[in-house]
This record gives sequence, C-alpha cells and structure tokens, in this order.
Amino acid sequence: MQASAKPEFSVNIVTNLTTPASRETSAALPMRMTITKLNFSYGPKQILFDINMGIADKKVTALIGPSGCGKSTLLRTLNRMYETVSTSRLEGEILLDGQDILAQDVTALRRRVGMVFQRPNPFPKSIFDNVAYGPRINGYKGSLADTVEKSLRHAALWDEVKDHLHKSAYELSGGQQQRLCIARALAVEPEVLLMDEPCSALDPISTAKIEELMVELKNLTTIAIVTHNMQQAARVSDFTAFLLTGQIIEFSPTPHLFTTPSDPRTEAYITGRFG
Amino acid sequence: MSKGRLRWRKFVSNFMLAMTGVCAFVSVLVLFFILGYLLFNGGTSINWDFFTKLPKPVGEAGGGMANAIVGSGKILLLASLMGVPIGFLGGIYLAEFSGKGMASVVRYAADLLNGVPSIVIGIFAYSLVVLPFKHFSALAGAFALGIMMIPITLRSTEEFLKNVPRMLREAAMALGASKWKTIVTVIVPAAYRGIMTAILLALARVAGETAPLLFTAFGNRFESHGWSQPTATLPVMIYTYAVSPYDDWHRQAWAAGLVLLGLVLIINILARTILSRGIAVPRS
Amino acid sequence: MATTTTTLKGAGPVSGSRSFFLKLRDGDEIARLVTLVFATTVVLITAALVWELWVNSALPRQKFGFHFFVTSVWDPIMDQFGALPFIYGTMVTSAVALLVAVPLGIGAAIFLAELAPPRVSDTLQFFIDLLAAVPSVIYGLLGVFIVVPLMRTVIYPALNKPFGYLPIFKGPSYGVGFMTAGIVLAIMVIPYIISVSREVLLSVPRDQREAALALGSTRWESTWKVVVPFAKTGIMGSIFLALARALGETMAVTMVIGNTPKIAASLFAPGYSIAAVIANEFTEATGDLYLQSLIALGLVLFLLTFILNGLARILIVLTTQKGSEVGG
Repeated sequence: MQASAKPEFSVNIVTNLTTPASRETSAALPMRMTITKLNFSYGPKQILFDINMGIADKKVTALIGPSGCGKSTLLRTLNRMYETVSTSRLEGEILLDGQDILAQDVTALRRRVGMVFQRPNPFPKSIFDNVAYGPRINGYKGSLADTVEKSLRHAALWDEVKDHLHKSAYELSGGQQQRLCIARALAVEPEVLLMDEPCSALDPISTAKIEELMVELKNLTTIAIVTHNMQQAARVSDFTAFLLTGQIIEFSPTPHLFTTPSDPRTEAYITGRFG
Repeated sequence: MSKGRLRWRKFVSNFMLAMTGVCAFVSVLVLFFILGYLLFNGGTSINWDFFTKLPKPVGEAGGGMANAIVGSGKILLLASLMGVPIGFLGGIYLAEFSGKGMASVVRYAADLLNGVPSIVIGIFAYSLVVLPFKHFSALAGAFALGIMMIPITLRSTEEFLKNVPRMLREAAMALGASKWKTIVTVIVPAAYRGIMTAILLALARVAGETAPLLFTAFGNRFESHGWSQPTATLPVMIYTYAVSPYDDWHRQAWAAGLVLLGLVLIINILARTILSRGIAVPRS
Repeated sequence: MATTTTTLKGAGPVSGSRSFFLKLRDGDEIARLVTLVFATTVVLITAALVWELWVNSALPRQKFGFHFFVTSVWDPIMDQFGALPFIYGTMVTSAVALLVAVPLGIGAAIFLAELAPPRVSDTLQFFIDLLAAVPSVIYGLLGVFIVVPLMRTVIYPALNKPFGYLPIFKGPSYGVGFMTAGIVLAIMVIPYIISVSREVLLSVPRDQREAALALGSTRWESTWKVVVPFAKTGIMGSIFLALARALGETMAVTMVIGNTPKIAASLFAPGYSIAAVIANEFTEATGDLYLQSLIALGLVLFLLTFILNGLARILIVLTTQKGSEVGG
C-alpha cells in the first residue's frame, strides 16, 4: 500500500498506558485489544495512517476528532465491519486478548466485539425478540426470558418495558430504542462494546441517561466510543485518543488529555479553535 | 455456542446464498432459452416469402404473413396516434396545471386502466366500436391498443416533466416567457428523452398484445384496406397457427414469433439503453 | 400545484363573460383547458369502461343472480351459464404459478439485492425486465411446443407414478391442463416478483443488516432473519402484483389449459380460466345471454384484478415508508 500524502510530523503516542497513580509503580494496565501499525484505505483513498493504540480492559476509551478524521473508520476495524465494503483494504495487526482478529472467523469475532450504531436501528420485531435475536442465532440453550431481562436491566430499560415485551420495538421513543439496541448488543455478552456516536441522534435527556449507563457498563464489558462531543468524552471516558486526518495525534488518560494536552493540535481542538 | 454449530451455520449460509444465485441465473436463463429456441425454430422458416406473400388457403403449404405484418403496422400506428396524445397532453396537465384533487383522480384512473387485463379492454373496445358498426375493424383494434398506451404515457410524461430542474423553468419565465411557451420550448424538450423512452416501451408492450385484438380487429386471410375491415395482425396469426393441426402453420408460427419477439426486444433494448442513458426507466 | 397567471393590461373590473374571453386570449389559459380536456378524457375512458362492463352484463345478472358464481354448468345450447369452472380454473392455475414463482422469484431478488455486486445486479435486472416484455402469445407458443410435451413425457410420469394416489396427481394427462398452465404462468410472473422484491430489499436501511452482522449473524441469517422481514410488506405487494398479472393472463393459458369447462381435483386434468373462455368463445357467442355472460365474466376478472392491484400498491408504499420510521 502506498503511503499516499502521509503527513510528515511525528506523533505523540502513549502506548504503554499508565494511570497517574500507577505511574509511580510503573505497572501497565491490561489491554483488551491492541492495534499495531494499522493502515486502512477504501480503494485508492487512504483513511488511517500507522495507528498504534490499545483499548484498556474494563475501561471506556473515547475516540475524538473533527469530522472526517477517521475515528468511525477506526472503530469499525475493531469488529471488521468495514468488510461489508468490497474496496476496503487493511494492513497491520489488531489483537483481541492476544489473538489476531483477522485470522479468526468473522462471525465468531462479532459476537465477542459488539456494536451500537449512530442511529437506533431495532429490528422489525418485538422488544423481546430484538434482545433475544443474538442469543437465539448463537444457539443459546438457557432461559431466553432470563437473558432478555438481564440485558434490559443492564441497559436501564427493564422497568420501562417489562410489561410490554411483546410490543413492537418501533413503538419506543428514540432514546428507548437506543437503549434497546444496547440491551440487544449486551445479550450476547460481548467482551468489547463499540459505540459509534450513540447519542448523536438523541435528545439531551436520553443522552444523559445513556452516558450514566456507560459508566456502569464498563464493569461488565470494555467500551470503545466514538464521539464528536468533547464534553461527553471528558465526562464518561477513562482514556481518550485524538485523531486528525487519519492519524492519532495524542492518546492518553482522559483527565491528562483535557487539562494538559501534550500536543498543540490537541489543545487547539479541545479549546474549540477548529473542528 | 460451540464451534460445530458455527460451522453448520456458515455452511447453511453459503448453501442458501448459492441457492439464491441459482434462482437468479435460472430466471435469466429462461430469456436466453426462449430466444435460442425461437431462433432455432423460427430462423429456418424466415424467408422472403414470409414477408411478402399472403397466407395460402387452409391446408396448403407455403405463403407468408405479409398482410399480418402490414396489419400490425397499421393498427400500431393508429393506436399511437390515439393513445399518445391523450397520455402526453394529460401528463402535461398533471405536471403543470392541475390542482391536487384533480391530479389524484386522473392518476388513479390511469393506474386503474393500467391494471385492467387486456382482454377486458378488448371487451370494452368491442362494445364501443364493433357493436355499433356491426363489424370487426382495424379501428376497433387500434382503439383497444391505444387505450392501453395511455396510462404509461401519462404517468411517464408527468414524471419526467416534474423532474426538469426548477432553474430551467425559472430562467425561461424570468425572460418573460408565458407558461405554455415555457412548457413547449424549454420543459418538454428537456424531458424529451425520458418521454420518448416511455412511449417506445408502451409501443413495445402493445405490439405483442393478442387478446384485445381477438374480437376487435379479428383477423383476415387477405389484405385489408382502410380502417374498417377486419385485419390480420402478427400476434393473432401466431395464435391461430400455433393451435392449428398443420405442421406448416406451426413452422410459420415460429417464424412469426421470432419476428414479433425480435421487434419487441429491439424496441425495449433501444428504449432502455440508448434513449435513457442516465434516466430512470419506468417498469411496465 | 400550479395556478395560471393572467396578466390583463389596463386595470379596471371586467364583467363575467368578458373576463372569460379575455382570459382565453391568453395562451396559458388555452393550454390549461386543452390539457385538462385530455386529462379528463382519461377519467372518462375509465368510467366508460366500467359502465360498459356493467351495463352489458345485465342479462345474466337478472336471470341468474348470485347463482351465476356458484353454478358449474356452462351449457350454451341450453342457455345455462355458470361461472364456477372458470373461477376455479383461474384460481388453481394462479395458485400453481405462485407456488413455483414465489420461492424462485424471492430467491433471485435476494441474490440481486444482497449478494450480487451492483453491476452484475443491474445487468441481470435488465435481462429480467426484458423477460417481462416478452409477449404472452410467445409464452403460449413455447408452452404448446415445449411445456406440453415435457409434461406428458417427464413431469407427469415423475409425479403420477409415485404420488398418483393423491387426488391432485390422479388420472391421465394429455399434456395440457391446470399444471401446464400454472407452470407457463409461473415463468411469466417471475419477473414481476423479482423486480419489485429487489427494489424493496434494496430500500431496507443499511444499518439493519449491519446491526444483525454486528451481533454475529452469518450473511444468510442477517438477510433472512432481518432484511427480508423488514421488507416483508413490499414483498407481499410484489406477490399480489404477480397474482393480478396471472389472473388476467389470456393467451398463454388458452393455449395450454385444455379449454374444458369442468372442475377437477387433479392438476393434470384439462380446465378453463375466465380469460381463456372469453378469448375462445366471444366471437362464437350466439345470442345475447351467451355474450353477456362472457362479459359478466370479464367484469368479475376486472374486479379481482382491481382489488389485487390496489392492495399491492398500498403494501409497496407502506414498505418504502417504513425505512424512514426506524430511528424513533
């Protein structure tokens, strides 16, 4: 792959993540997923350049950056969703628990790395059947009703829908539909949950509810979130990566990146001078 | 969630998707099969006689379908003259002049007309044109086919006129052109290709119609002059010859089938590719 | 939508008829009136069609009343006319046609919408559109010379020998009959199912399929369990459209159904359809009752296709609207 028009500056990357506290003890946090030397293009157009970063286990990692910087594209490499586009080409290594995801079966991978999309997209089925879809196709032998309840509780939706499980998912409000999609994704017990701007189509109240959710969910599953809302990233995430034109400019613990960013471009972005 | 189950699911997935491919290719293959068979059976029977001679008396071999070819041509011409203006001008009304209420009524009527089985249209033409004059005629046949051309022409004209960009209209009107002048000199020429495509497709559709001609134009072993005689047409000849017990007539039916299908397909391909580059083509 | 603008030079009120003639001098108003006349003609033609059908089928309505639909005797000599054998034949052949065409058609549509790369999909769709353009009499030709012998030599033995005890497969076969007509009809309606289903499947929002894949579905599972159900209403619409086409289909059916006004359980038996009997007997009908009974059958056919087409349109519109409902 040609490194077409690759910008010439060096990048500040903290690959070996340590929290301020553990810096003294220099103990590294466990990484659920690691990305090494990732280059990605759609046809002739290269989108991602030499990405190196990790997704810390049981933490929330946020990807921020201006429109078109490649953050969604990066997220979608993690569950190989880019493969639905035939011209996509990926170079580099992505590991999940130490195993190369490109060498695995993609169907099995996607059960382990789940995704919530920008706009709520429940299936044309009942609330119950939406959540039960994942377990069903994977041949889950246990009690579906229990699994559905558990997932809906994790998504903070159970109380609102418990008496209406057989109603169509489309009768829910936008915010509820998105929480349903979260419940649906959680039902297959993924190791990592990818969230692609999950609140961008929602009103502020629904957004607040989902942000609360994320903070609790990280005890259950590792979360990687793309957001164009910097305040949201600052509120919910433990680690933040700032991308610009397909490269990671800075990747560090969230408090550090937002208060004392190491790179001037990061500072320019978070202070609103562009993007 | 075992490995064996995953392998099975993937197998099912690949198998079913392959099956859908089979369905698609089988469906398309039918077209080539029809063409091939017609070419094979009809190709050998097509000769100069076919296009120039009149049918021989029943049971005698030889002869051709000259009268049917001419008859079809006549009827199609008259049908276009009847149906296209109504559809075209009606379409202009819908796109440029009408209010919402009238528009939905006209559209509904056109859609209704479009869905009427062609044999019922034949009954209508019979009661309106054959009964009063007490004989079958080319006029009656043309009337039936003309009616069938109206809905497609109308809807397509409306569609393509509406798609002409506002900028063009406004430019003309800003130069002081009245509405109808704008329509005639700017809008219709802009939509011309799409409308021509639709008219050709409508023509191809009625060219192959047999049922409405069975009791309007009826048929004729000889030439028919003028518009008020029963007239032979290609589709009806194919039908008559195909169900007859004579081998020679079967042979001629294949030849006629090849000619008819060739005509219809050529018009379709012409309309769909050459005229409609970049335009969405209406589905029949 | 548009309002005409009449510019009257010189101000001042004008009285009623004078203003009409003044307007007339303006080309726009003339154009509006002329095109209005043609548009109204369309409505008038449609209304006239229904009127003529109704009026010209009065005799059997008076003589037989409702019994017309449930009598199975069709005896022109005795002036006894019952529509049942033709309704039966039309139903049976259409049912056979759908049984064959629907799985094939939906399968092909799935391939074209979900699997095939856009250029392949468009090319194949082009050929399928051409298939829809083939005249009915050509299908009849092929039916008579290919399907009928095929039925006699291959299909009938294959089904009758092992399953001949079943009422639908009983009895001898002359090559023509309900099943032959059904098969020919199936070939004729497949393009309609494919075209409409393909469009409807293509209109399903991308992220429905992606959501299914993101949960670990195989491609078939995401197609069959999510995309197709989403497009279900539109696909139903395509089936109704195909059915409407099959009901009204005349020539191909006439040439292979056997033209026997009898109700029989066996699919191999010869039969008759509404369109076929009209085609065959219209010009030979002696007497008003005979002719008008045939016209009454035409009215029945008209009503059936009218209802089906209306339902189909509603269903197809409903699906394309659904795509914009998702997302709250």
